[in-house]
Amino acid sequence: MSLLAVENLSVAFPGHVAVREVSFAIEPGETLALVGESGCGKSVTAFSVMRLLPSNARVVSGRILLDGADLMAASPAEMREVRGKKVSLIQQEPMTSLNPVLSIGAQIGEVIRRHEKVSRRAARARCIELLDLVSIPDAHRRIDDYPHNLSGGMRQRVMIAMAVACGPKLLIADEPTTALDVTTQAQVLDLLDDLRRRLSMAVLLITHDLGVVAQWADRINVMYAGRIVEQAAIRPFFARPMHPYSRGLLGARVDVDADEHYSASRLSEIPGSVGSAAGEAGCPFAPRCPMVETACRAVPPTLLAFEAERHVACPVTLEAARDG
Amino acid sequence: MSVQAEKLAEKLADVGNRAAIPRKGRRLRAFMRNPTFVAGVIILSFFVLLALFADVLFPGDPLDMVGPPVLWPGENPEFPLGTDSLGRDVLAGLVHGARASLLVGLSAAAIGLAIGMVVGAAAGFFGGWVDTLLMRIVELFQTTPTFLLVVVIVAIGEPTMQTIALAIGIASWPTVARLVRAQFRSLREADFVMAARSLGYSSLRIIAQEILPNALPPVIVAASVMIANAILTEAGLSFLNMRDPNLVSWGGMIGAGRDLLRTAWFLTALPGVAIAAAVLSLNLVGDGLNEILNPRSEP
Amino acid sequence: MAEPLLSVRDLHTRYAVGKQVLRAVDGVSFEVGRGETVGLVGESGCGKSTLGKTVLRLVPSAEGAIVLDGADITRLGDSAMAEHRRRMQMIFQDPFGSLNPRQTIRTVLDTALKVHRQGNRAERERRMAEIVERVGLPADALDRYPHEFSGGQRQRIGIARALVLRPALIVCDEPVSALDVSIQAQILNLLVDLKRDLGLSYLFISHDLSVVRYFADRVLVMYLGRIVESASHATLWRDPRHPYTKALFAAVPSTDPTHKRGAPPIKGELTTDLSSGCRFYSRCPAATDRCRSEEPLLRSVGEGHHAACHFA
Repeated sequence: MSLLAVENLSVAFPGHVAVREVSFAIEPGETLALVGESGCGKSVTAFSVMRLLPSNARVVSGRILLDGADLMAASPAEMREVRGKKVSLIQQEPMTSLNPVLSIGAQIGEVIRRHEKVSRRAARARCIELLDLVSIPDAHRRIDDYPHNLSGGMRQRVMIAMAVACGPKLLIADEPTTALDVTTQAQVLDLLDDLRRRLSMAVLLITHDLGVVAQWADRINVMYAGRIVEQAAIRPFFARPMHPYSRGLLGARVDVDADEHYSASRLSEIPGSVGSAAGEAGCPFAPRCPMVETACRAVPPTLLAFEAERHVACPVTLEAARDG
Repeated sequence: MSVQAEKLAEKLADVGNRAAIPRKGRRLRAFMRNPTFVAGVIILSFFVLLALFADVLFPGDPLDMVGPPVLWPGENPEFPLGTDSLGRDVLAGLVHGARASLLVGLSAAAIGLAIGMVVGAAAGFFGGWVDTLLMRIVELFQTTPTFLLVVVIVAIGEPTMQTIALAIGIASWPTVARLVRAQFRSLREADFVMAARSLGYSSLRIIAQEILPNALPPVIVAASVMIANAILTEAGLSFLNMRDPNLVSWGGMIGAGRDLLRTAWFLTALPGVAIAAAVLSLNLVGDGLNEILNPRSEP
Repeated sequence: MAEPLLSVRDLHTRYAVGKQVLRAVDGVSFEVGRGETVGLVGESGCGKSTLGKTVLRLVPSAEGAIVLDGADITRLGDSAMAEHRRRMQMIFQDPFGSLNPRQTIRTVLDTALKVHRQGNRAERERRMAEIVERVGLPADALDRYPHEFSGGQRQRIGIARALVLRPALIVCDEPVSALDVSIQAQILNLLVDLKRDLGLSYLFISHDLSVVRYFADRVLVMYLGRIVESASHATLWRDPRHPYTKALFAAVPSTDPTHKRGAPPIKGELTTDLSSGCRFYSRCPAATDRCRSEEPLLRSVGEGHHAACHFA
C-alpha cells in the first residue's frame, strides 16, 4: 500500500480552479518531486494533504489516503494529530516561519510536547539531539538562541528539526531552498536526503528547479495549470522528457554544464505565459504548444500510460513515441 | 504550527485571487454593496446637501427671533422642531449649523493635512538631520494636549470661524505628519522610486509624482476622521462659549440649550444627534475608503 | 583597446548599521567595454547589488572613481549628473515593485522623455510606440496599468523604461530571478537581441551561475565586498582558480541525474566577520596559516584571468 495516495483531487478558489483531477501516490521512503511554475497548483495540492487550505478554497472532489485512512474525512482534532506527527511541513521562508520572540529550543520543544507526553527536561534533551541531527554545531549552546541569531541556512535547519521532531512518515518540503544561496541549498538538500534515509520517511519535494529534482528526487510529477501532465522516474524523465511542456521547461533552462553561450545559440522559449491557458475545454497547454492539433483544444487530456510508472497527458506525443 | 498555517493561508489566498484582479470600476461597485459604507455616504451626502442649500431652505438669518420662545417639536407646524429660549427656529439652526460645522471640519482638516503632508514628506523623503529636526517639532506639538492647545490659540485670537479652524488645524497636523513620514520612508526605498532617480528626475517630481500618489490612501482615510474630530472639537469649544457669535453651529446650539436642559432637553438633544450622525457617517466613510483604497483587500 | 565605456577604480560603499560600518563594497575595480556584457556573480549579501547601484550613483560611494565614457561622474551634482543618467539605466529584479502601480505605461515612458527633453509630442509618441513594440508588448499596452500585466510582461515594461532614453550601459540587477523558467528564457533572449541591435553594454548582476555562464562575456565573482576572481566566460568555466568559485560551480545542481555531485566542499555561510586575512578563510577547504594572517590581492593568473588567492 502506498504511504499517501491522492485520488482525483480538485480544489477551487472563487473564480478559478487551482487543482484539477490530480492523482498521485507516494511510496514509503521515496522522494517525489512536484514540479511546476508559480500558480500551477503544486502548493495548493500539498497543502490539501495537510488540510491547511485557506478559507476561500473549496475541495471540489477527491480523496487523500494516508496509510489507507481518508484525511478528507478526518475531524479537526484528528487532523491536528496527523500534522507534525505523521505528516509535517517545511516552507520556503525560514525568516518568517519561526516565531521571533521564542528561542529555537522552546519552539522545537513545543512540537515534541504537543505530540508526546514527556517532561520539559526530556524534551530539551531531545531538542539537542535534533539540532545535532540537522548538523547545527554546538547544539547545547545554540538551543537557547533566537531566530535572529541564526543565518538563513541555520534557520532552515531548525525548521527541519521541528518537522522531523516526532518522526513523521511524510515530510512535505515546499520550495525549501528557494530563499537560500546556492552553496547553502546543496547543504540543506543533502541533509534532507540523509534524514530521509535515516528516519525512513518519504519526502514530497515541491520545487520549480529541475536541477534540484534531478539531483535529489526519485520520481517527478510535472504540473501545469492545475493538472499533472507527466509522471515518471527521474532517469527516464531527464533522458527523454515526453510532454511538450516538460520538454519546453528543460529546453528553456540554462544548464550549468551545458556549454551554451548567447553568442552562439538562442535559448529555446515556451511562447506566451500561463495566463494564456484560458480555454476550459481542452488541454491547458494547447495555446503555447508547438505540436498542438485540433483535437487538443476540445478534449481535456488525461494521464495515459506509456511505460510502467510513466504517464503522460498528451495523446499526440504518445502516438508519435509509439510510432517510433 | 498555527502561525505557519496563517501564513500559508495568506499565501494560498494570493494564489487563489491572482486569477481575477479587480479593476478600479468594479472595485468601487463591489464596495457600494458594502452596507455600512453606503450608509455613511448617504448620511454624509444628506448633511452636505443641507449645508449647500441652507439659504434656499431657510432664507434669512437663523439667529433671528421668529416665533414664541421654547416651542416643543410638533407644537406649531410652522416650526416642526420647535424654537429655543429666544424664539429662534431650531430646524433652521440645525440646517445652517450643518454648514458651519462641516466648514470648520473641512477647513481645519485641510489646514492640518497641508502642514502635516509637507512636514511628513520632507522628513520622510530627505531623512537625516531634516527628519530629526522636524520630528522633534512634531513631538513638541504631540506632548501638548490637543484640546488645550486649541483653547489657548482661540483665546489668544478672536473667536471667529477662521481662528477656530486654524487652531484645530494647527493642533491636528502632527498625526498627519507622522503618517505621511512613515509612508515616505518605506516608499522612498521602493524600486520604482530608484528607477525614477536613475532616470534623473528631480526630488520634487519624485515626491509629487511617484511617492505621493502611493502614500495618499491612508492619508485620505485619516482625513475623514480628522473632519469628524474637528467637528467635535468645534462643538466642545462652542459649549465653552468660545464660538463665533455671528454664526450658528451645532456645538453653539448645545451650549445655548444647556440652561434649559431639564425643561427643554430637545434643544441640546437635537444638535447632539446631528453631531453624532455626522461624525458617525464620516467614520463609516473612512472605514469604507480604507478597504477600497487598500490594493490588498478584496471585495 | 579603445577606451572602455565604464571604468570603476577602487570603489568603496559603506553603510552605517547602528554604530557599525558595513563595507558593502570594499575596493572594487573593473571595466565594461563597449558592447560587452560583464557578469557579476555572488551570493546574497556579497555586495553585488550595492555595487550596481553605486555605479549608477543611486547609492553614494565613499571612495574611488566611476568614469563613464571618459567623464568622471563620481562627484557630480544632480544637474550635472542628469545628462549622464540618460546614458546608463537599470533593470530591476522585482517586476512588481519596480513599476509605480498608479501610472500607465504611457506616463512611465513619457515622463522619462519629457524630463530629458526628447523631442516634441509627436516624436515622443513615435518613440514610445517603437520601444513598446521592440520589447514585445502589445501596441495597446501604453494605456494600461502595471497590474494588468503578467510578471514577464512587467519585466518587458521595465526594460522599455530603461531603453526609452537610448542609453549605452544597462545595469541588470537579477533581471530574471523573480520569473518562471519558461519566462526567463524569453527575457534573456530579448536582452540578447536588444544588445545586438542597439549596441548595448550590460553589467549583469546575478546569483545564478548558469544564467551568467550563458549570458556574460566576462565574469566577476564577488565575495564579501571584493572581487575574488575575474576572467572571460570560457576561461572561468574551464579553469576556475579561486576555491570560492569552484565551490559555487560545484553547488549548482545539474539536470543530469547521472551526474551526482556531493555538497560543495565549503563550510558554513557568508559571514560579515572581516579579519585581517583572506575573507574566505573560515569557509575555505584549502586554508592555511598564511591565509589567516595575510590578505590575498587580486593578481594575474593567466591571460585576462585574475584571482585573489595565494594558491590560485
